[in-house]
Amino acid sequence: MATLTHGRPRPTTGPVRRHNRTATVLRATLIVVLLAIVLYPLLWLAASALKPDTEVASNLSLVPHNPTLHNFVAGWTGMKTVSFGRFFLNSAVIALGVVIANCASCLVTAYAFARLRFPLRGLWFAAMIGTLLLPSHVLIVPQFVLFKFLGWIDTPLPLIVPKLLATDAFFVFLMVQFIRGIPREMDEAANVDGCSPFGIFRHVIVPLARPALVTTAIFSFIWTWNDFFSQLIYLNSPDHYTVPIGLRLFINAEGLSSLGPMFAMSLLSLGPVFLFFIAFQRLLVEGINTTGIKG
Amino acid sequence: MATTQATARRLPDRDQPRIPPRRTGSGAVRRRETAAGYIFLTPWLIGFAAITAVPMLYSLYLSFTNWDLISNAGQYVGFRNYVRMFTIDPTFWHSVRVTVTYAVVATPLKLALALGVALLLVRARRGASTARALFYLPSLLGSSVALALVWQSLFSRSGVVNEFLDWFGIHGKAWVNDPSYVLWTVVLLGAWQFGAPMVIFIAGLKQIPAELYEAASVDGAGAWRKFVSITLPGLSPVIFFNLVLETIHSFQIFTSAYIIGGGQGGPVDATLVYTLNLYLQGFGQSHIGYASALAWVFLFVIGALTVLIFSTGRFWVHYGDGSDR
Repeated sequence: MATLTHGRPRPTTGPVRRHNRTATVLRATLIVVLLAIVLYPLLWLAASALKPDTEVASNLSLVPHNPTLHNFVAGWTGMKTVSFGRFFLNSAVIALGVVIANCASCLVTAYAFARLRFPLRGLWFAAMIGTLLLPSHVLIVPQFVLFKFLGWIDTPLPLIVPKLLATDAFFVFLMVQFIRGIPREMDEAANVDGCSPFGIFRHVIVPLARPALVTTAIFSFIWTWNDFFSQLIYLNSPDHYTVPIGLRLFINAEGLSSLGPMFAMSLLSLGPVFLFFIAFQRLLVEGINTTGIKG
Repeated sequence: MATTQATARRLPDRDQPRIPPRRTGSGAVRRRETAAGYIFLTPWLIGFAAITAVPMLYSLYLSFTNWDLISNAGQYVGFRNYVRMFTIDPTFWHSVRVTVTYAVVATPLKLALALGVALLLVRARRGASTARALFYLPSLLGSSVALALVWQSLFSRSGVVNEFLDWFGIHGKAWVNDPSYVLWTVVLLGAWQFGAPMVIFIAGLKQIPAELYEAASVDGAGAWRKFVSITLPGLSPVIFFNLVLETIHSFQIFTSAYIIGGGQGGPVDATLVYTLNLYLQGFGQSHIGYASALAWVFLFVIGALTVLIFSTGRFWVHYGDGSDR
């Protein structure tokens, strides 16, 4: 439990202790109030998805008076030619593709940087770190031209194939750090047993790097699932839309009849990330401690 | 994973790979390792060349042309794009103003919230880890289109925020439709995601030795004095780390401004942030020459900003090991 590590020494005298207890109660109250404010938009979204048209627009309440699933039906089938299920499928395909591509390519790259000696390694490592802070917006125009030349526009390829080439420098760096933490004696023992660098990768690094792979997989999934910018640029026919691009169709939704479905689909779109949060809560929170990953 | 402090204290680009020299190594062994190294590095090398380096150079070239995406034609125009940006195009300066306003307000606000809640939680006993996780939740969900849509509804004329204000007799505005307020709703959406830096702050606070606080108590220091003289300096590497990341992050804001601004940076360009302007120029009007010039200026500004923060870091970041790098 995250408890006092640097608190004042526990007072034992009466009045001071009472003062301390008041402070504790005040602090706890403040935390609860702040949590209520912070979580309100999420709870309100969940409630609004269940509210009928007449209740939605300006209703502070977190309890729908006449809960209905109508919004989910209307939202799911609301588009003319394509259902929201299609968007979910597209999002899932892209996110899973990115997860697999990132895990494989970043681990291979990180192994080279962390364990093998070869000429120009320092230079390449510096180049890799250099791309770490490179905003994606800077490269989007020439990359678009490249993928257009390849005929990949309006397919998932521009969103997945670059990840196969370890372009997510962040995860490469994360894995380099992780592999450096694996004792070198393991490699040397494997070497003595006749393992080549490939054998060491296969029998030492891959099994031991599992925690780093899990972190990479989770954050790859969440970031890809939430990504809007690149999907907006590369996908332009409704059949290929992902969930965020599908949701975009709701902007400027004025009529009450489209607000309900909008909330229902928004709520569903948060589902996968929320499930990850429930399942890997500890790992996610610890993960950003160990790596500085942003959510 | 024990990399916490390594990453928090030292930003990545200072971290060079260190491999202890091996005792011996015949030429053959070394050659084999070189070959293996380059085999393992091949995917990254291809990616670096094809997805990053060459496109960067190509974009530099494009920025000196008036290339058009639709006609796929254009010609060399020298520095005209850059001149137009700085001297003729009012939209450019407007988008710079919007972005800087956003970053200058949202970043400190977010970090202040993160630090404040971290200070509350680090002393909490029961339920602290649950509370920490729940405060972190918006950081996972907040950058999505869904939350931007929720925000748009919350702050609309008949939205929940106004209904709440009505209780106090305050007559709210149509926040998201009013050019003078809409950006602040985007700022609030950014600040709402304070959970990620908060978790990093909590970890940093736990690293500060308890003896320092005890010694200060003996010397009669009050809570504020301890905060200023112990907590802030002790936390400065973590504050620095968060400041760098969050600043760079906030300059790249796109999704929330796009959605809340109705896809065009509206109303009246009030949410036309830099990246959105770049997007609309390049992909809305297919002026990819001009958009490339915008991208290079953006890269330059982000780089300069990072260097600036790093150079001020010398004056206020204290490392526990006594090396004020």
